[in-house]
Amino acid sequence: MTERSSHLELEQADKTYLDSNELIINMGPQHPATHGVLRVILKLDGEKVLGTECVIGYLHRGVEKIAENRTYTMFNPYVDRMDYVAAVSNGLGYCEAVEKLLNVEAPSRAKYIRVILTELNRLASHMLWLGTHALDIGAITPLFYTFRDREEILKIFEKYCGARLTTHAFRIGGCQYETYDGFEEDVTKFLKFVTPKIDEYEQLLTTNRIWVERTRGVGVISAADCKALGVTGPVLRASGVKWDLRKAQPYAAYSDFDFEIPTGQSGDTYDRYLVRMQEMRQSLRIIEQAVGKIPDGPIMAKVPKVMKPPVGEVYHSIEAPKGELGYFIVSDGSTQPYRVRVRPPSFVNLQALDQMVRGQLVADVIAVIGTLDIVLGEVDR
Amino acid sequence: MLDYITSYLKSDTTPGQAGNFFWAFVYILLIFLGLSVAVIAMNWLERKILAHMQVRLGPMRVGPHGLLQPIADALKLLIKEDIMPAEADPVVFWIAPLIVVITAFTVFIVVPFGPTHAVTDMNIGVLFMLGVSSLSVLGIVTAGWASNSHYPLIGALRSSAQMVSYEIAMGLAVISAVLMTSLNTDGTGTLSMIGIVQAQQAQQTWFIFKFFPLGLIAFFVFAVAMVAETNRAPFDLPEAESELTAGFHTEYSGFRWSLFFLAEYSAMIAVSSIAVTLWLGGWMRPFPHWLTGETWDLVFSLFPGVTFVLLALITFYSTIRMPKHPYFRVQTIGLAGFGAVLGLIGLLLFVPPVRDRIQDIYWFAVKVAGFMYLYIWYRGTFPRYRFDQLMKVGWKVLLPIGLGVLIVTGILGVVLS
Repeated sequence: MTERSSHLELEQADKTYLDSNELIINMGPQHPATHGVLRVILKLDGEKVLGTECVIGYLHRGVEKIAENRTYTMFNPYVDRMDYVAAVSNGLGYCEAVEKLLNVEAPSRAKYIRVILTELNRLASHMLWLGTHALDIGAITPLFYTFRDREEILKIFEKYCGARLTTHAFRIGGCQYETYDGFEEDVTKFLKFVTPKIDEYEQLLTTNRIWVERTRGVGVISAADCKALGVTGPVLRASGVKWDLRKAQPYAAYSDFDFEIPTGQSGDTYDRYLVRMQEMRQSLRIIEQAVGKIPDGPIMAKVPKVMKPPVGEVYHSIEAPKGELGYFIVSDGSTQPYRVRVRPPSFVNLQALDQMVRGQLVADVIAVIGTLDIVLGEVDR
Repeated sequence: MLDYITSYLKSDTTPGQAGNFFWAFVYILLIFLGLSVAVIAMNWLERKILAHMQVRLGPMRVGPHGLLQPIADALKLLIKEDIMPAEADPVVFWIAPLIVVITAFTVFIVVPFGPTHAVTDMNIGVLFMLGVSSLSVLGIVTAGWASNSHYPLIGALRSSAQMVSYEIAMGLAVISAVLMTSLNTDGTGTLSMIGIVQAQQAQQTWFIFKFFPLGLIAFFVFAVAMVAETNRAPFDLPEAESELTAGFHTEYSGFRWSLFFLAEYSAMIAVSSIAVTLWLGGWMRPFPHWLTGETWDLVFSLFPGVTFVLLALITFYSTIRMPKHPYFRVQTIGLAGFGAVLGLIGLLLFVPPVRDRIQDIYWFAVKVAGFMYLYIWYRGTFPRYRFDQLMKVGWKVLLPIGLGVLIVTGILGVVLS
């Protein structure tokens, strides 16, 4: 137990829960539905949530500090360990940030490979979210379906770079690996395979009475609150804000593709579910276009073996599956970054938890944690 | 002594009514044994069926196709360290699972597996079953309280609220079925489980089809309420794994936990048997009044044997498909042996005297098994209700429907008689 006192503490210390209406329970860090080692202290009145407090840091590894003792290239694999279900996105953000600092640009073939892999990763991340979210709400079957299909994505990753989860797929200046023979066919085959599967998930859940009742009107957050709290990603879009960095400030090759930004209206869990399901279909669209017109050419830009970026700082952010993933890098002209600050979407989105569950029921806390789609590796870093 | 034992065989009532304690004891033993086997089989079947719904294999390692998994699990639970939380109330902590398991088994005294195949026939059979099975909530509440921990306490509170509210809808549905029993020539209804089935026999219909769709609606109310009553998905809030870790039995482990497990499954079987007795004609075979005559009797009497032979054939098919690696030799032989046992049972069931005696029990078991499959199916398909929604369904949907059906059934009964 931590020594620090929570703002949720009961007023009288000698009150036991049996003779009081208020009850403080610890959800986590070892709890089946907190997606890792999140600890939420809940103050309950019966089943009603009066307040929550998140205790984080159980998975803190000091990634940002590690960066200060590594060269730019050496730090690249570490970013994969933050959001480990969307490692490719992390790598993309970091590589592009350093490229901005070095003032180099990746060749267009590399950019296309990056887009394909990142969108595949977005699909994988959303599939994992869907499975665990449904599991938290009590539907156990979608989890196995999504894991079955996510496996196909991981197989493509494995064939491309040898790793399934912490891929380290990109390098500063491009990609290290040329696509393997049959990459395009594999991806196209996957697209054909997965489209009916997404319909299958929707069949199980979208019109399921219990699912709708459990998610509609749960964990509502308004667009204004989202902006005030810095919430980004599908959570923001479900509240009705059409904000997607892929469109707003296109990076990689996203400006070449035609896709839509799905938005919701009510900002509740059901809308967030629909937005993510739509995003999966849009990702398929992007991948389809990218595979169709992937250009030939080099995959690495000319980058020095020993990277010594000029003195200065850079902030670069990308649209990770969970929201805006930003890297703020300060260079002092040496081979190692002076400071790397990561803006992880999960960490910022988690702030909204208290506001979203206040006044709702215990079961909704689980639903909201699921719908925020947090990864504790990224929250704690 | 021998006369005492044999005298019962000539009578055609239940041992309880005949006052024959020896046979009553034998029946109780048989039911206990049968239930234990059913729970073990259910454990394996649930994992396998659920697994196949979820594109995975389920237990495959312990024994061929994981057949020995439940036994291995039971052994593990028995030899596990006995853990009791330091803050728990030891006496109540011990008593709670006992209450649950005793109530779950006691209800089977009146379950009619056949016209004479019950321990006893009470004139208040249905009432007894509902009353005793609702006592199990007491065990759950005490379990949650005795653990002296937050999650079990919330689980226990949820459970008691849920069971109490669904009991009412359940009771209303049951009453409408009981009302239907009084629609005979002399206008006497009955609460006796055997009497209810005999009333269906006399009226030549299952009560689910009586006053269509009234019987069906009453059955539907009962079928929903019984899932809630047994705390199974989608109403498994008291033990909602993702919310309350394990609900009221969070602090339980080992043998005491296995008692809860046993009780949960036997309660499922118990409420399913009520449903079968009240609406699905109990031990009656399908179409007893439509497909009559010697030939049909013979055809239907072959069903038990055919079922087991089919199971044996499936097992043999799996045996052939086992990997041909020396590592799997013992498993293959074991599976073949299991198939042989099933086949032998099947052949035994073809013998005329056995076949005639086993008929009722077989049809009853098949109907109950159908419900068990539904339970697994629900679990694979539905998300979990939230507590307030659960209450809403109980009080605002099932209760008015049950009440309406009861009133309409009553009026119809008066008008028609």
